[in-house]
Amino acid sequence: MKLSAKKQDDEVIALIKEISGEDVRACYQCGKCTAGCPLASSMDLMPNQILRLIQVGEYEQALKARAIWWCASCLTCAARCPKEVDPARVMDALRTILMRRGITHVEIPAIPAHVLAEVPQQALIGGFRKFVGY
Amino acid sequence: MRLPYFPGCTLHSKAQNFDASARAAAGALDIFLDELPDWTCCGATFSMSADSAMGLAAPTRILASAKEAGKLLTLCSFCYNTLKRTNHVIKTDPERRAKVTNFIEQEYDGSVRTLHLLEVLRDEIGFEALAKRVGRKLKGLKVAPYYGCLLLRPAAELEFDDPERPTILENFLASLGCQVVDFPHKTECCGSFVAVSDRGAAVECSTRILETAATLGAEMLVVSCPLCQYNLDQCQAEIRASRTRFAGIPVVYFSQLLAVALGCEESCLHFEQHAVDPRPRLSAWLGQGAPAAVQA
Repeated sequence: MKLSAKKQDDEVIALIKEISGEDVRACYQCGKCTAGCPLASSMDLMPNQILRLIQVGEYEQALKARAIWWCASCLTCAARCPKEVDPARVMDALRTILMRRGITHVEIPAIPAHVLAEVPQQALIGGFRKFVGY
Repeated sequence: MRLPYFPGCTLHSKAQNFDASARAAAGALDIFLDELPDWTCCGATFSMSADSAMGLAAPTRILASAKEAGKLLTLCSFCYNTLKRTNHVIKTDPERRAKVTNFIEQEYDGSVRTLHLLEVLRDEIGFEALAKRVGRKLKGLKVAPYYGCLLLRPAAELEFDDPERPTILENFLASLGCQVVDFPHKTECCGSFVAVSDRGAAVECSTRILETAATLGAEMLVVSCPLCQYNLDQCQAEIRASRTRFAGIPVVYFSQLLAVALGCEESCLHFEQHAVDPRPRLSAWLGQGAPAAVQA
């Protein structure tokens, strides 16, 4: 990884900030977000690591991470962050950038019929908002 | 009192037990829920994209339709969170307010206060009054309060309760006479909509919650969200298959317990919809409160 100050001016960094409303530079890597994340054991990169990657301009790695698709937006991270950063909004922004490019994490026709029949509607509505590209 | 009521899509279909028990219990306390005449799904979860106003259109329209009353009651955590967070945007972001209100062709300035039934019970009825009315009815029932995420966070916008150490469900349960079983994971996510993309991950979240509550003596878990109820109820067969010491604990809506405590008609409870049947543990209180009418 070659770090460069120039990467901070990247338009995708600006887009992450615009979509999430969060300035990741406030994060000082204390790790409380990761410590409290209930889905951390399903993640390849931890929430604080995702923020760190964006801080150093390496957003492409963050966009490729599996982690962002396992965030449940539970906001435990945001509730505990001492710098009032909302990592869940950053995760959501990364997903949104990909979904707007047409990349999808969930293929609706591939969802088993019994799941569609069983789960409460809100699971599908929320799940589609978070995971289906368009 | 009469309150405009937004049930949300799930309470009209998969979670009719939540809707029916809440209407019955609230009615017994002279709180009448007037369902909004023309409502749509609120589009949960709250749209976090700060650069877009599209996700705000449906919830704003719902809020605007309750303008006259100035209040709107909801039960489902997803809806509560979506409506309240949307309202916050409307109040604090004039540019997006203008975009949304132009789009839905309705004026709205954020004046409607979204209420949860637990707040109404606490603030309008009072838990002490509720306790007197119920008379420690559910004495001996050990219940763990489970909040999940969306009622509590973000605390600054929702102002529902303390996000780390809430007490409203505990006070509610105590007012019914229950023995409250506090446990560490009561504010931790059940897995939520991740259940749609990776059920195993959601089951892992739910397992932690259930095992801890059961280990600390809970006989029942009380919830306020159909997705929490689904995740926590449905995964228990899988947990029992691999962890033989886990006996299983019923997961009920707070309104169902309230309805039992108030002696409402049992047809409102729909306990048959639950994977882990609450009726055996509640048998002491079922079949008592209803008048001599035929029970469903």
